[in-house]
Amino acid sequence: MKKTGAGKTVSSGSTERAGLRRRDFFKLLGAGIFIIFETWDSFELMALPAEQRRALPADFNAFLWIAEDGSVSCYTGKIEMGQGIITSLAQMMADELDVEMEKVKMVMGDTDLCPWDMGTFGSMTTRFFAPPMRAAAAEARTILLQLGAERLGVPQSQLEVKNGIITDKMNDKNKVSYAELTKGKKIEKHLDIKPNVKDYTQFKIVGKPNLHQDARLKVTGQAKYSGDMLFPDTLFARVLRPPSHGAKLVSADVSEAEKMEGIKVVREGDFIAVLHKNRDKADEAIVKVNAEYSFDEMKVDDKTIFEHLLKTASSVNLIASKGDLATGRQLSETVIDSEFYNSYVAHAPIEPHTAAARMEDGKITVWASTQRPFPVQETISRELGIPLEKVRVNTPFVGGGFGGKSASLQASEAARLAKITGKPVMVAWTREEEFFYDTFRPAAVVKITSGMNKSGKINLWDYHVYYAGDRGSDTIYDVPNAYTTSHGSGSTGPKAHPFGTGAWRAPGNNTNTFARESQINILASKAGIDPLEFRLKNLKDERMIGVLKAVAELFGYTPAKNPSGRGYGIACGTDTGTYVAHIAEVKVDKKTGHVQVVRVACAQDMGLCINPEGSIIQMEGCITMGLGYCLTEEIQFQGGKIDNLSFDAYELPRFSWLPKISTLILDKKDQPPQGGGEPAIICMGGLIANAIFDATGARLFQLPMTPARILEAIKKIG
Amino acid sequence: MEETIRFELNGKKTEILLDPKLTLIWVLRTQFGLTGTKFGCGEGICGACTVLIDKVPVRSCTIPVREVAGKKVTTIEGLSINGNLHPVQKAFIEHDALQCGYCTPGMIITAVGLLLKNPAPSEQEILHGMEDNLCRCGAHVRIIKAIQSAAKEMKGGKLS
Repeated sequence: MKKTGAGKTVSSGSTERAGLRRRDFFKLLGAGIFIIFETWDSFELMALPAEQRRALPADFNAFLWIAEDGSVSCYTGKIEMGQGIITSLAQMMADELDVEMEKVKMVMGDTDLCPWDMGTFGSMTTRFFAPPMRAAAAEARTILLQLGAERLGVPQSQLEVKNGIITDKMNDKNKVSYAELTKGKKIEKHLDIKPNVKDYTQFKIVGKPNLHQDARLKVTGQAKYSGDMLFPDTLFARVLRPPSHGAKLVSADVSEAEKMEGIKVVREGDFIAVLHKNRDKADEAIVKVNAEYSFDEMKVDDKTIFEHLLKTASSVNLIASKGDLATGRQLSETVIDSEFYNSYVAHAPIEPHTAAARMEDGKITVWASTQRPFPVQETISRELGIPLEKVRVNTPFVGGGFGGKSASLQASEAARLAKITGKPVMVAWTREEEFFYDTFRPAAVVKITSGMNKSGKINLWDYHVYYAGDRGSDTIYDVPNAYTTSHGSGSTGPKAHPFGTGAWRAPGNNTNTFARESQINILASKAGIDPLEFRLKNLKDERMIGVLKAVAELFGYTPAKNPSGRGYGIACGTDTGTYVAHIAEVKVDKKTGHVQVVRVACAQDMGLCINPEGSIIQMEGCITMGLGYCLTEEIQFQGGKIDNLSFDAYELPRFSWLPKISTLILDKKDQPPQGGGEPAIICMGGLIANAIFDATGARLFQLPMTPARILEAIKKIG
Repeated sequence: MEETIRFELNGKKTEILLDPKLTLIWVLRTQFGLTGTKFGCGEGICGACTVLIDKVPVRSCTIPVREVAGKKVTTIEGLSINGNLHPVQKAFIEHDALQCGYCTPGMIITAVGLLLKNPAPSEQEILHGMEDNLCRCGAHVRIIKAIQSAAKEMKGGKLS
């Protein structure tokens, strides 16, 4: 037992929260928490506006509520976008409280019902939200046992609890349920001394595979997303967009659009929107707006961007330093300099940014596909001059985010139009708008100078990353003389990017791991040592060694110097506390440059795994999604004008790309749980680049590795 | 100019007075409240809006509602009968063949259309049949398994 501060009794025994009746809840929508922690990735920190942070509530009632029917509502400000926390959080709540999993109802991402949460990103739900949530459940459980002891007239030590029912161990007819004790009311008692949460030996539900709790809703079309929040008088809005980033509106003639029957035109300065009860009519009207622009764009395109970034980077941040680079050079028989590049990459969720907004009696409610409901609430309050308590942001299911729905311009647009028109408004971006306003994964450059002695021991590592951010940049290898420097920020820098950039699944780490793991194979090949053996020789971290050995066994790997012609690639890394290693086999058509990834094996050490089923799905998803940034995905642009604004021009992974995927999660249940939604994507670039080299002898230094770039690399080696 | 369009929607005869040029997806979503049919690209590329028209998968974002006059339209809401899920829906649950779920209705409808045409597809035929439906979360490997297992169950005569 440890003391964590004074408990306090909260008044109001009603079943209402924040003035809302239960029947006002949308099923499965809603809640949030803010946690102070130190390991926050600086990239994500920069991505956040300077909103005032709020504190995590001390009252456990903020996290859970037991209804009269015995069901338990679990409140979190996190949102569900496919990462599966609707299931894993319910598992943790059920286990800690000793209720059946089916009794837990997740209420997610609703600013009226849930305490503050900064947003759903950085694989932080399990690592940072779950501990206080579990502590709340542990406190509730202890109080319920105390209440049960009073009710049943026996000492607490004589009680056991199972499935939400407290039973006298000496007389199993003497029992009372949680629901009978609370009668749907808030628990007013609190503990000064907080009970410990369960440890892994006591778990019954955590650590067991569970299917997605939301699957039935999603396979029947019943699951609600923001675009499904339609009212009989909803107006569909289309907003006038510039042809390029940096273009300024000079004039706009809306008269043709205004002539259309039922069309409403809203104009406030540069903000012009057309609204109609039929989406098709709004689509028709927006193209009738005749607009002229002036252009003052950055003179840069997808070819010149890397040179531009190297010139622009001014801020320098020393991430890690060890030993002395001159000494490292002296100790190196071979020194290799390399430069790696990656283009801008889109998030491209299948659900475009969407928001519905409705204003009623001075209060605005916004249903938004966002990863950050609370910051969106604050933004809307500020922009519209509506007090915070009069703005409710609700987050139904989100149709994919990957970092891209941290930015939520569409929510502001819907709110603004609902306030102006007094009608419910739906803003559902077109695919073009989705690509245009995406906050892309930044184009980036990595320069590495590395050296090794005759036996393949790395003695020198001088690493410079430009504009990707520092996540995953520190070398994981045991190098006595190693410096890591980050130039420019991973977020938008002044005059760096011609359009918005932001966090993209494992921000920074995809770029950094691609560069590091490619360079390691370059060294291994030069040393004439098998790349797995070369890694093991230069690693001291037991967990990294553990995942490498595990993936080698899973794949059935046999050592060989590269290029071996087999098309085997290997890569490893860490992200959000989790260790991952992959081995892949590819086939490369040397005539066309086409790559078919035949199989990928992945081993992951993520500490305690809450839901093995959900974690494996995330690993498979990371591998499949990651193939896109390896092979095809890149934004083509000239200045602020983006050329590929459709799925035709920007190619996502498809069924025909599928490799055989095998996965393994190491049993580390005695270790704290780490990230699960992002780690397995970080290795994909290095993995496939190394496999292409092993197949062809051609080394690729730029992502994506398109057929044209592969053919060029093959040509270079003759 | 509004017209009365008559068609069968999820097994029920229906008629509606509207502008026949309106796109099927928005008519389904707004006039009929069938929001399971999702808007993903509006260009017929991603497949999230797929519905069955006379048992053939069609992208509802690219066709005007007048084209379904006299035809049978099935959306994701019409696949289960009296709460009994279609074998493909069941298989998607059992194989956990989804993440964010946004492409899921279109995936399921496309798979149902595929199995109607070819009740015992090979893995290659499934890959080919699903090729033009996009999933960003990367649920692909499980979707293939789900379709294979649904095909087995349907062949077993559990669905006429």
